[in-house]
Amino acid sequence: MTATPEERQLLKCNFKRVHDVFDGRMADARKHLSAEGILAYIEGANAINRTGRGEEPVLVYLEEMPQVAMRLGEDVIEEVVSFTRTLAKSPNSKAIPNFLQSLGAAARALANRELFSEYLNLVVQTAIRTSPKVHGIDSMYTSPCLPDFLDSVPHLLTLLSLGGIKKWVDYGTLAYPNDPDKQQEYFQLKTADSRAVVQRERHGTLFADSERKLDLYLRGLWQEDAQYVPYSLAFDEIRKPIPYLNEQGLHLPDVYDDLPNGVRGIDRYRALLAHLSAHRRWTTQLIADNLSPFQRMAVEVFEDARVEHLAMQEFPGIRSLWCKIHPKPIENVEQIEGMSYIRHRLAILSRALLDPAHNYKNLVIQKYVALFAELMAKGATGTIDIQLLGVKFIAETKVASDSAGKIYFEDTEIDYRDDNRMMWVFIEEGDEETYDERPSPPAESEDEFKVPPRMYPEWDYNAEHYRPDWVSLYEHMHPKSNPAHIDKLLEKHSALAKRLKKIIDLLKPQNKVRIRYQEEGAELDLDVAVRSLIDFKSGAQPDIRINMSHRHDGRSVAISLLLDLSASLSDIPEGCTQSKLELSQEAVSLLAWAVDQMGDPLAIGGFHSDTRHNVRYWHFKGYKEPWGDEVKSRLAGMEANFSTRMGAAIRHAGHYLAHQQVDKKLLLVLTDGEPADIDTSDAQLLIEDARIAVRELDQENIYTYCINLDPRADEYVADIFGKNYAVIDNIARLPERLPQLFMSLVK
Amino acid sequence: MSDTFDIKQYQIKQEPFYQAQDNEVTLYEAAYAARLPIMLKGPTGCGKSRFVEHMAWKLRKPLITVACNEDMTASDLVGRYLLDANGTRWLDGPLTLAARYGAICYLDEIVEARQDTTVVIHPLTDHRRSLPLDKKGELVSAHPDFQLVISYNPGYQNLMKDLKQSTKQRFAGLEFEYAKPEVEIGIVSKETGVDSEISAKLVKIGGTARNLKGHGLDEGISTRLLVYAATLIQQGITPRDACRMALVRPITDDADIRDTLDHAIDAVFAE
Repeated sequence: MTATPEERQLLKCNFKRVHDVFDGRMADARKHLSAEGILAYIEGANAINRTGRGEEPVLVYLEEMPQVAMRLGEDVIEEVVSFTRTLAKSPNSKAIPNFLQSLGAAARALANRELFSEYLNLVVQTAIRTSPKVHGIDSMYTSPCLPDFLDSVPHLLTLLSLGGIKKWVDYGTLAYPNDPDKQQEYFQLKTADSRAVVQRERHGTLFADSERKLDLYLRGLWQEDAQYVPYSLAFDEIRKPIPYLNEQGLHLPDVYDDLPNGVRGIDRYRALLAHLSAHRRWTTQLIADNLSPFQRMAVEVFEDARVEHLAMQEFPGIRSLWCKIHPKPIENVEQIEGMSYIRHRLAILSRALLDPAHNYKNLVIQKYVALFAELMAKGATGTIDIQLLGVKFIAETKVASDSAGKIYFEDTEIDYRDDNRMMWVFIEEGDEETYDERPSPPAESEDEFKVPPRMYPEWDYNAEHYRPDWVSLYEHMHPKSNPAHIDKLLEKHSALAKRLKKIIDLLKPQNKVRIRYQEEGAELDLDVAVRSLIDFKSGAQPDIRINMSHRHDGRSVAISLLLDLSASLSDIPEGCTQSKLELSQEAVSLLAWAVDQMGDPLAIGGFHSDTRHNVRYWHFKGYKEPWGDEVKSRLAGMEANFSTRMGAAIRHAGHYLAHQQVDKKLLLVLTDGEPADIDTSDAQLLIEDARIAVRELDQENIYTYCINLDPRADEYVADIFGKNYAVIDNIARLPERLPQLFMSLVK
Repeated sequence: MSDTFDIKQYQIKQEPFYQAQDNEVTLYEAAYAARLPIMLKGPTGCGKSRFVEHMAWKLRKPLITVACNEDMTASDLVGRYLLDANGTRWLDGPLTLAARYGAICYLDEIVEARQDTTVVIHPLTDHRRSLPLDKKGELVSAHPDFQLVISYNPGYQNLMKDLKQSTKQRFAGLEFEYAKPEVEIGIVSKETGVDSEISAKLVKIGGTARNLKGHGLDEGISTRLLVYAATLIQQGITPRDACRMALVRPITDDADIRDTLDHAIDAVFAE
């Protein structure tokens, strides 16, 4: 069916290539659109032509629109056309073909007018937010990222909901406001964090969320333990990886969507684990060199069926799960010349072996199912017994077309099965398949970091989410110096120490708590005794639990002191003769001495940061470590350097504190300035991150308190610590104030 | 206490079903012959109490059982003076009763009792075989038939609640485990009358949960719960519902474990 002359007249477009394809396009349009729809369709083409952006937009429009209109209603044509015209007037007119190209995928995935309108809105928002801004004016510049974004949309829509895409865009626009090149890579899905955000927003059952369940599954049903190595399906389109088993562990997809027939993602994982566990339990290796590739395929099918058969002896219920996931190939497909149907044939065999209600009429299939059943009925089979069956099957069914280059794949992928690589040994070198996908990492050199870094997330207040694994924190023991230095400091403050000692004695736990209502106890509890006597005299049954006893009650507090060791600490504040570092040293020594007197566990740590890639956490004292020369020598060696990335350090100190077995946990942060780092230009970012870190600890029942030496601290310290802070204006008095503050906190 | 106290009420009239797992019956008989105190260790619901009942029946001795708890005092065991209108009167506690009249006294979950309570059993459990009643000023020497049996579950109590060495070292011990699958299948069938195919499946599910002990479960599914599930199945409940109700819901609040066990039930009981 070609375009009528009237229609051709209506199309006011002089591009030859548009006229060339017009017949075909109209034929397609007539299938999907009404008469008015067709008119609107041609009008739209004219309107897009008039925007003067060449033939490409018109061609794409003609191609995509009928499908879109069919799915979303014909009035969507007008919406799209007017949107395109707006786009044409903006600096982003270059993105028009990309935009029109994305519509088909958007319509398919969203299938809803309102969502589609929201999608158009998202395109506008993305354009605005990724345009470079000069003096706050943004409507003059082209967004370099918009075409990339529009190109990524079809792929993203297969993975994410529209909401997920929005969050992905949010992250991209906020994470790289001053780095257009990086941002562009982000929208091309090339950077690691771009992929990570996609992964986080994905629908379906994420492996990371279900790892514990799968662990329990393996342990409970199979008494096995496994190393999981998840791989991503989202970015490997050409060659979809399939699960496999090797020395490193079980390699499995990082996400499974629910299947249309109602199998949940978690059950798909379980089906896979059941299959792999069955292999691990019952499969032994065969020598691959003796068999042709087809023979190996057939042997694999029989072996899969064998281990599944054995597994189903133990867990009959798995059959229904496997049957739901296993494809049901149609028996009599129309065979095309030059196409190989070997996979199809084997898939039918596999289905027939698994599903007793298979209904396949093919006599050979039936014969082999019977042979298989006979073999399994004998019991005590091994992989070696199955080999013969596979070889025979290929010999009996082989046809010339099997070796054809094109292979029929429909309904032959059994996605809960692995690739059986553990089943084969290759003796002859040279023609084995290589499985190492990545070159092994170079042997680790002996570098200065002994402990591997801990990764911590960081809160991005703009995007309102965590940047996953953003900060690398390295922990070290602090280098030592002369412990006598600390003793000297303590001596200097001996008068203060005496005063503190008095307070400490008052604070020490009183140790006795009364337990009342005891039948037998240390003393008579007079109140209760009198009441009982009254009961007795009045003829009622008296309570005989009239004694009381005492219980020792110790205080149960653990304290972590976190010192900010950033470079500013070596400043000498106005009116002082000592640097803040020296004053801190004195204060911390006094505090450590005081806490030691009280007998509470205390840890001292310090931190500074040199960008997010290197946050250093220095250990001065551990909770169980006694207050002695070791600790003193580390304190004496205290040094100031770099910047203050507080959130990660707070999280790390909290991590240790959370593991203390005490009733009350206190984290004291001693700092002299706001959180800042050289790789972060937004001052608010690290303040907000620290605030969230404090809130996280609060949820773990850790009380965080800040002692701030910065006279300007009022501007931010309350944002981070709420009411839990003290600003020390007269820094010279820090050694005195710090232990006092501590004691008032734990009183 | 009047002399007309009838110890016969503690006699076990009908044979309680007990399936021996090993030679524990012989061992117990030998220990009883020497009147050695016995300690039964093992996870909850594996048949400790049933074993004692069975042995009491077999030896034709009365059995006095005390379930221990942390509010229990020494006088709850040995007895106390009660007030009445005319003054006071003494009432023997279960331990005194057993010692006086020659019963087997079974202290169930002994570690739940406070440690100052458990020491009152000490004089009864060594060569003295006597029980001083301080308040009454009487020394009860144990009846020749008297024997003390305690049970405890070393698994789930915490550190604070372990038995003292001075208590532990007065007993001969028998360790119980959940029965082997073949034996347990027999037990579930015998107790409830379900066919052995269903019992085998129930035992399989029980095994699954026992594999998860220490990984989020404090204790596996006990034989007792398996019997409950079989009882529900006997009443016409579908196996899947019965297992969810009797085996899974009671033992865990952890959603992941519940989900895994639910899946195990589906995998074992195919529709």
